[in-house]
Amino acid sequence: MNKTRKLSKFTLTNIKCYGMIIVAFAVLYPMLKMNMISNKISGLLIPICAYIVMAISLNLTVGFLGELSLGHAGFMSVGAFSGVITVACMQSGLPAPVKLLAAIIIGGIMAGILGLIIGIPVIRLKGDYLAIVTLAFGEIIKNIINCLYIGVDGSGLHFSMKSAEALNLSDGKIILNGPQGAVGVSKIATFFAGVLLILFALFVVLNLVNSKTGRAVTAIRDNRIAAESVGINITKYKLTAFIISAVIAGMAGALYGLNFSTIAAKKFDFNTSILILVFVVLGGMGNIPGTIIATTLLYMLPEMLRQFSDYRMLIYAIVLILVMLATNSPRAKVFANKIVGIFKKNNETDGEGDVSNG
Amino acid sequence: MKKFTKIASLALTAVMAATCLAGCGAGSSTSGSASEDKKVIKIGGIGPLTGAAAIYGQAVKNGAEIALDEVNAKGDLKFELKFEDDENDAEKAVNAYNNLKDWGMQVSMGTVTTQPCIAVSAESNSDGMFALTPSASAPDVVKDKDFMFQMCFSDPNQGVASAKYIKEQNLGEKIAIIYNNSDVYSTGIYQKFTSEAQNQGLNVVCVKTFTDDSANDFTSQLNEIKAAGADLVYLPIYYTPASLILTQAKKMQYEPKFFGVDGMDGILTLEGFDKSLAEGVMLLTPFTADAQDEATKSFVKKYNEKYKETPNQFAADGYDVVNAIYEACKKAGITGDMTSEEIGKKLVDTFTSADFKIDGITGTGMTWSKDGEVSKEPKGMVIKNGAYVGM
Repeated sequence: MNKTRKLSKFTLTNIKCYGMIIVAFAVLYPMLKMNMISNKISGLLIPICAYIVMAISLNLTVGFLGELSLGHAGFMSVGAFSGVITVACMQSGLPAPVKLLAAIIIGGIMAGILGLIIGIPVIRLKGDYLAIVTLAFGEIIKNIINCLYIGVDGSGLHFSMKSAEALNLSDGKIILNGPQGAVGVSKIATFFAGVLLILFALFVVLNLVNSKTGRAVTAIRDNRIAAESVGINITKYKLTAFIISAVIAGMAGALYGLNFSTIAAKKFDFNTSILILVFVVLGGMGNIPGTIIATTLLYMLPEMLRQFSDYRMLIYAIVLILVMLATNSPRAKVFANKIVGIFKKNNETDGEGDVSNG
Repeated sequence: MKKFTKIASLALTAVMAATCLAGCGAGSSTSGSASEDKKVIKIGGIGPLTGAAAIYGQAVKNGAEIALDEVNAKGDLKFELKFEDDENDAEKAVNAYNNLKDWGMQVSMGTVTTQPCIAVSAESNSDGMFALTPSASAPDVVKDKDFMFQMCFSDPNQGVASAKYIKEQNLGEKIAIIYNNSDVYSTGIYQKFTSEAQNQGLNVVCVKTFTDDSANDFTSQLNEIKAAGADLVYLPIYYTPASLILTQAKKMQYEPKFFGVDGMDGILTLEGFDKSLAEGVMLLTPFTADAQDEATKSFVKKYNEKYKETPNQFAADGYDVVNAIYEACKKAGITGDMTSEEIGKKLVDTFTSADFKIDGITGTGMTWSKDGEVSKEPKGMVIKNGAYVGM
């Protein structure tokens, strides 16, 4: 009994996170292969994977670093478009998993570079100011991609900010056509790759949080002045967390982009950033298992509500409000703790009830 | 011990959740096919019913429902229509498509707006499902897709047709353009218009852009156009920003000729818009609500009775799509117990066959080529006394 009680919080979170993903995969994958899942659900699987990775990534910034980022969709967008361009430039003979891996890696790197560029000015700010600036950067990224034309032919990549004609392609193809976005993307994203990406993101974030760097990051969140006074380099640790978060978001973007035959920059606007923030807030700041569950449920909810047709989004909003109230009101918390306490008492004789750990 | 129970409970919850999902999916599809009459042919439509573009999706849905009632009243074939919302978003549109597949859709109406339609047509094409979109007009919608067809003009055709029309009718010496460069539709028409304008020797003096986010104020664009001395302003945009441009041009006492495309249709029914501002505006559109032929008159009457408003071009497109599908199904001898793949193959053969012609309210003698684009003539319209009049 005592041995099991000593399981650290870290191990418990790990077991919960990995266990949840692996069990869900082990159940869903064979069913998917045997066509036992409806088209609706199987179509949702890959976007859910991408959004879970996005939410894990944003939770690093919002939950552990404690800074509100409202431009996270910008990183996703950069990852998505660099992933799509990577695949379009690669030889068609290569197997799809290799292409997908390359796209995800390059998507992550590009988003990371952007994270660094944005991070240097942004990370010097805090609180509301940082939120506004990230919001602005998200819009800038969207608008730049909106007027970017990229094509590929025998002599390599061509860029233009003017029009598709200005690319001067000699019998090549246009990859990114300004506001029309990328069209004719080869859909190579798979559910298996999505699950692997979630596991990778979990591995990075969970270990980071439990490392020296992670403790420094949470210390900055809890009390910036105290952290500074014990010699923690605030800018360095904040920037590290911000860039890692951007890299993971870029990877999620690449997975997302390669799941649809067309993507446009318009998709990655303020609303998408807020949507991911809602996943994180509902799942709990700094609570990774909660984030995974919240993302899955909230993403599926509007699709499950389709039978209500016109009232669908209204019901979605009401459910959202109720859930937020239920999870956050003190009374509901006391109630939930009581219920958890009853279960705990059944399991433990002493029942001293460190309920928040459950 | 506690650890084990925790892991076990976790695993059980995950299994339960997964089976629950799978169960409900499979359950709904079986019950759907069992309860339906075998003879019914299921048509699935997708479009924005909520959000900024909702007016288009709603219009197509309404138009299609009117056609459905007429077709079902004839009694030889029975159709059922289900229309899903996509919020004008490619991701949601694919979800909606998958939903419709679970419902048992056999023929697709594509989607109403362009970007979602590109995403959905890739799916429906690889499934071998026949799709005829009412209003997704970009060439990418049908490009390299054997099972995908369009009811509307493609964007390049509109750009080329407008340039030719302006030249033939000698409408303007100095032409200015305002277009939305964050919109596929607008950019597509603009690009083809400018290249055709060069061929035709039209003099384009000024090109101004805006985006969805900046579609509230056009005074700076109008000032520059005025300074450039343009006497015709080409507006390949939707009617909401166009109405603002007209209002603001009036305020600064700038009165050139305005020339629009089919997206301009609907400007007269826009709430709170002063119709006198649109006096003399010209546009190319395949449909006008006050056309005098019998088919249009009866459609407009029914639409008015059922939805209490005048149908726009999107409603007419939706109406024609259902009618075209009906005619093709009748010709190909399609019954409701065929699979979507069988129907798809037969409908493609029918649509591309030389003797298949549709007389609808958005054009007469419409035929389709193998690449999926429709061939019909655009009509030049001018707004006089608050109504469209043929030019």
